[in-house]
Amino acid sequence: MKTIANLLLATAATLAFTAAAARAEQITVVSWGGAYTKAQTEAYQKPWMAKTGNSIVSADYNGGLAEVKSQVQSGNVTWDIIDVEPSEAVSGCNDGLFEKLDLTKLPKGADGSDAKADFVPGALLDCAVGTIAYANIFGYDSTKFPGAKPAKLADFFDLKTFPGKRGMKKESKVNLEMALMADGVAAADVYKVLATKEGVERAFKKLESIKSSVVWWEAGAQPPQLLASGEVTMTTAYNGRLFTPMVTEGKPFVIVWDGQQQVFDMWAILKGSKKKDVAMDFISFSTSTQPLADQAKYIPYGPTRKSSAPLVGKFMDGKTDMAPNMPTNPANMGNSLVQSVSFWSEHYDELNERFVSWIGK
Amino acid sequence: MTAVELGTEGLERRLARAERRGKLRAFLLVAPLLAFVLLSFAMPILTLVRQAAYNTLVSANLPETTALIADWKVDAPVPEPLCEALVREMHAAKEVDPAIPSRIATFVNRERAGSLSRVKQVANADIKAPYCAGLAALHDDWAQPDIWRALKIVAPSFSPRFFLQALDFRLQADGSIRSQDSNEALHLMLFRRTLLVAAGVTLACALLGFPVAYLLAHVSLRVSNMLLIIVLLPFWTSLLVRTTAWIALLQQNGVVNDTLVALHIIGEKGRLEMMYNMFATLVVMTHVLLPFMILPLFSVMKGINPNFTRAALSLGATPSTAFWKVYFPQTIPGLGAGCLLVFILAVGYYITPALVGGQSGQLISNIIAFHMQKTLNWPLAAAIGTILLAGVLLLYWLYSRLVGIDKMKLG
Repeated sequence: MKTIANLLLATAATLAFTAAAARAEQITVVSWGGAYTKAQTEAYQKPWMAKTGNSIVSADYNGGLAEVKSQVQSGNVTWDIIDVEPSEAVSGCNDGLFEKLDLTKLPKGADGSDAKADFVPGALLDCAVGTIAYANIFGYDSTKFPGAKPAKLADFFDLKTFPGKRGMKKESKVNLEMALMADGVAAADVYKVLATKEGVERAFKKLESIKSSVVWWEAGAQPPQLLASGEVTMTTAYNGRLFTPMVTEGKPFVIVWDGQQQVFDMWAILKGSKKKDVAMDFISFSTSTQPLADQAKYIPYGPTRKSSAPLVGKFMDGKTDMAPNMPTNPANMGNSLVQSVSFWSEHYDELNERFVSWIGK
Repeated sequence: MTAVELGTEGLERRLARAERRGKLRAFLLVAPLLAFVLLSFAMPILTLVRQAAYNTLVSANLPETTALIADWKVDAPVPEPLCEALVREMHAAKEVDPAIPSRIATFVNRERAGSLSRVKQVANADIKAPYCAGLAALHDDWAQPDIWRALKIVAPSFSPRFFLQALDFRLQADGSIRSQDSNEALHLMLFRRTLLVAAGVTLACALLGFPVAYLLAHVSLRVSNMLLIIVLLPFWTSLLVRTTAWIALLQQNGVVNDTLVALHIIGEKGRLEMMYNMFATLVVMTHVLLPFMILPLFSVMKGINPNFTRAALSLGATPSTAFWKVYFPQTIPGLGAGCLLVFILAVGYYITPALVGGQSGQLISNIIAFHMQKTLNWPLAAAIGTILLAGVLLLYWLYSRLVGIDKMKLG
């Protein structure tokens, strides 16, 4: 008798579970993995699931749109939301791989400001909403420079005063802008200059001046490794990648914010996603003021909403203030550049070809 | 007599029928694999090759523009009907699918950087007759011939432009071909470097793998099994771990340099540069691909009758003559198979060289991956891939002419 009762109970429970599952939706969110996905899970995914009862399947990828393109083209779309960089957001949008987003659905800022005004410039695109800004900065090992310390972008190119090898990403973006800014071009004029033939020559000439001392890196994990092993004395890096060894392992690295270049990470919805509305709900939630401020607890990336900045607190170790480590911190923004999506969407092919060919010579 | 004849005829027919049934059964057994290979291998490759030369994006969505621009002489002024057709058809295409104008714009932009927003604008702007003046008012670029020339290049369905670009040539609007500016020419250099690296790795694998395989084939089974596990170890390690281990070994402050300094073989100033250059690429790739050389060699050497060498020695040959004249020729099938495997795999390697090769680490496969993932220029990636495939097939053909493919033994 008891067995039958148990069986009935189990059946009822299963039925109830299935019914609940039918009401709650499940979406797949694809991001970059590691500490970054962890920050997103804690700050966006968990609160949203608790609030709506929906669930999220998390997947990792290594960037690029090949997978997205094949899903959309074959009509077999299994991803709903993807975390992309602005250049991919734009080229994917142009190629019809992402849904056009209804940006009026984004909530107002906590201070009551309109969403469009609350987001920093460039963080809202037709097909994507920016969540955080990371910075391309350069950092050095302070034990290698006992006297004068590098402080400005031009010091990176000054091999006489600051000898040693340099780490740089094997990529045209970032390096060309950096070269021009180090050569004295104002941040506001960088893309105007880079759009001209003379500007391109000037940038390559500046890079040429240190080429023989450059160690080219490919993956974001390499720069801290290059610095720690003494292979280079200075390297460009993503700010979060140097922050972690500095804070958690006490490495003697110093970040130079002068001439930092900010890039957004953005949410986009795959064209043909069957749960478009649920996905949009998640995007609206995760890009509201509080979650954007919360993610900074786990990783030093700046929220794209102005109203989030005052809410940024301490790192998860409980003692490091995050605000001074944010790319969006006003003190770090003195000489800074937001990477131009429109420029690179038109000139990437051409300049990258030139860059790869230059590197090989 | 007739009875006998009829009898044999019947027998023959019955035999043939039985044989046919056997053949059919064999074919049915193979059919699933054949279908799998066709669907998952031959088909994608063929679509890839097709994509490199054939694309109807512009010609299907802007048919009238395509026809009119084909007749337009690149030095003549742009005729009014062409402007009208472009404006009308871009708007119509946008109604069908809002992504089409921007896709077309991306195509044009690849021929002339800076055209993306100009072309996209056309589909969004309200332009009235006269259309050419309207376009010029939209942006001065439309009054210049360059953007029209770019459009003329991308309009036809069939176009060799991606193949030309893959070989560092560019198709011009008037149909002529110019070679890419020297500071943008890139692919031929990378093809050359890729082949050189692959050849170097193959040679290194052959030199290192031959003695190891010989040892494996001539020790007791227990020892050879142990050694085989060591040979296969790199297979069981993650690619990134393997690569990072080599970085830790070879870098300036790495294990090898530290040891050499500690032994006073080199001074603190004279640390060797073994990382982020061609040397590192060759070492790491050789390490990864070595098993593909050792395994076929090992299996061939296992099958060589030791009496042949003994006979040669007993007939008065010196050990080296016995080895080169008797033993070595018998290992050629294994050596050939190993070389072919290593070479073909090496041609397609790109993550490892990119991580350890520094500025020399860029190979042709990096560019293919780059266009597949970053710029979404799949036709160009397909064209480069097709050329690479053709090159490898050519080598394979050469190999089969020189060594004989029927002699190859893979294990």
